[in-house]
Amino acid sequence: MATFTLGEVSIEVDEDGFMLEPEEWNEDIAKALATTEAVDILTEEHWKLVHYLRDYYLKFGIAPMIRKLCKETGFPLKKVYELFPSGPAKGACKVAGLAKPTGCV
Amino acid sequence: MAEDVKKPEELIQIDYGPPKRSWMDPTVKFERGSYNYAAVKDNQEYLSLPFPRKWQPYEDDWQLPDGWEEIIFKGFKERLEKYRSLRIFMDICVRCGACADKCHFFIGSGDPKNMPVLRAELLRSVYRNDFTTAGKVLGKFAGGRKLTVGVLKEWFYYFYQCTECRRCSVFCPYGIDTAEITMMARELMNLIGISIEWIGTPVANCFRTGNHLGIQPHGFKDSIDFAVDELEELTGVRVEAPINKKGAEILFVAPSADYFASPHYYTLLGYLQLFHEIGLDYTWSSYASEGGNFGLFHSAEMMKRLNSKIYMEAKRLGVKWIIGGECGHMWRVVHQYMDTLNGPADFLEEPVSPFTGTRFENTRATKMVHISEFTADLIHHNKLKLDPSRNDHWRVTYHDSCNPVRAMGLLEEPRYVINSVCNNFHEMPENTIREQTFCCGSGAGLGTDENFEMRMRGGLPRANAVQYVHDKHDVNILLCMCAIDKATLPPLLEYWVPGVEVGGVHEMVGNALIMKGQHDRPTDLRGTPYEQDGKEGDDNV
Repeated sequence: MATFTLGEVSIEVDEDGFMLEPEEWNEDIAKALATTEAVDILTEEHWKLVHYLRDYYLKFGIAPMIRKLCKETGFPLKKVYELFPSGPAKGACKVAGLAKPTGCV
Repeated sequence: MAEDVKKPEELIQIDYGPPKRSWMDPTVKFERGSYNYAAVKDNQEYLSLPFPRKWQPYEDDWQLPDGWEEIIFKGFKERLEKYRSLRIFMDICVRCGACADKCHFFIGSGDPKNMPVLRAELLRSVYRNDFTTAGKVLGKFAGGRKLTVGVLKEWFYYFYQCTECRRCSVFCPYGIDTAEITMMARELMNLIGISIEWIGTPVANCFRTGNHLGIQPHGFKDSIDFAVDELEELTGVRVEAPINKKGAEILFVAPSADYFASPHYYTLLGYLQLFHEIGLDYTWSSYASEGGNFGLFHSAEMMKRLNSKIYMEAKRLGVKWIIGGECGHMWRVVHQYMDTLNGPADFLEEPVSPFTGTRFENTRATKMVHISEFTADLIHHNKLKLDPSRNDHWRVTYHDSCNPVRAMGLLEEPRYVINSVCNNFHEMPENTIREQTFCCGSGAGLGTDENFEMRMRGGLPRANAVQYVHDKHDVNILLCMCAIDKATLPPLLEYWVPGVEVGGVHEMVGNALIMKGQHDRPTDLRGTPYEQDGKEGDDNV
């Protein structure tokens, strides 16, 4: 539990840096969170992934199935790992302001 | 994977030398990589658990409630009276040491307190001090220790470095169930609000939405529908996947990761193909949308609360019996605890396969059949058309997931299925499979990023056995029947044995199954194209 601050951005995050108040998410927060995931610049491809996750989350309250994410964004899983080195659940979800998936995942 | 993780060459330098200090001296250091975060306050409150608070194991002050020693003493006393097994396990150990080198965490860490005997002594020493005459009079000379904050921290550290896999129990001449010792220690800690996030959050989610991931019914349906669509693209066959269908003959329950994560997802496709092909009258449930039961890793009460969901839903939907998917610890709960927790399930019928007439007598109490038993029976009666050459690009080995094998004796069925659907199956060495199987190192709630180093240590013996068949037989996939395995073996193998994938048994069934009305299937379920020479192409997942 901590406050993550970068520039103008100041948000409450959990131990792994995931947002505790996902509804406060905006693109500036995404940019700030990306720096914690070894992603300095969010390219168009990064945004495509982040917006897909965000839209799905607003509709379903959870991240999409990984296979669905890959198919609907057109990014193979390897590409997702290239964009977000710690992967779809840990990296991309964090930047998109989603909660950390838990359980047998 | 965290960036500060040690390299394999570094981690393999394990010191098995005895420590300088006495084991009675409780000294633990919480360093990133070998502990798990504390349970989240909101979820503790949601579950009505005692003393919810914000704290972390690495902090000096755990904000223990006033009188915590007394709470644990009373809780211990109550459990000793309630569970005869606990009292026996506390009294009976002769410290023969047969278990000492059987634990994957000891093998991978060299830490003597990961010897099952010594891990149990951490609890047993307090038992002696508080509940035996010798201990009360002679104290530490009789092996007794007073419960101090230091001892409590040691409990937390080591009882969350046990995956409740029960390999050590196989070797115990007295049959002490070490997992139950860990379960009791965790229960006692829960009484003062000490648990971990990776257990508390899935359990709270499961109450809220029916599964560990917190997927709501419309999300559940979205995922299953997606799988149905994709399966049609892959095979040309449109399968039905009914959800919450009242009056279906069978309720099917799988771990939620099967409809969320990869490579679990390919096993989901296998289930859907199989059920369609045989024309099974079944239903999924968006409420019993979880096979796993992280309550098992928390307390008996929590395990009971989560297990009851499956049976309540079977009753509501009016099914006759239940099939359970490739889940690991669900089977420990179902096979060894369900009947006395929530049974008897006398509103259900004794399971009989509608296709072969086989009566699953072993499930008379629980009315719940493991999918590998069901599928093995179908294959045995020639009910499936299979082409095992469709798995020729895989050179497979099989990891017996701890609970299906040790908690329900599922030794032959998965092997029978694998041998029927794959041509290249190679077993790992005999002391690493079947009832002697080595754990993935991440079960019982320990599969977290912050615990990554300890997971790699605990998974070392399993990875070592995979390395053996990889080198000797060029094995390129490790099959298993547990969602935690499917989540945690990929990073384990990437760390120790790069080049070996992880998959499910029913993924292989799906690849091999010839479906009526199928079109040309140029790829396997992962979308990997079959090539003329039988070699796999690029993984386009």
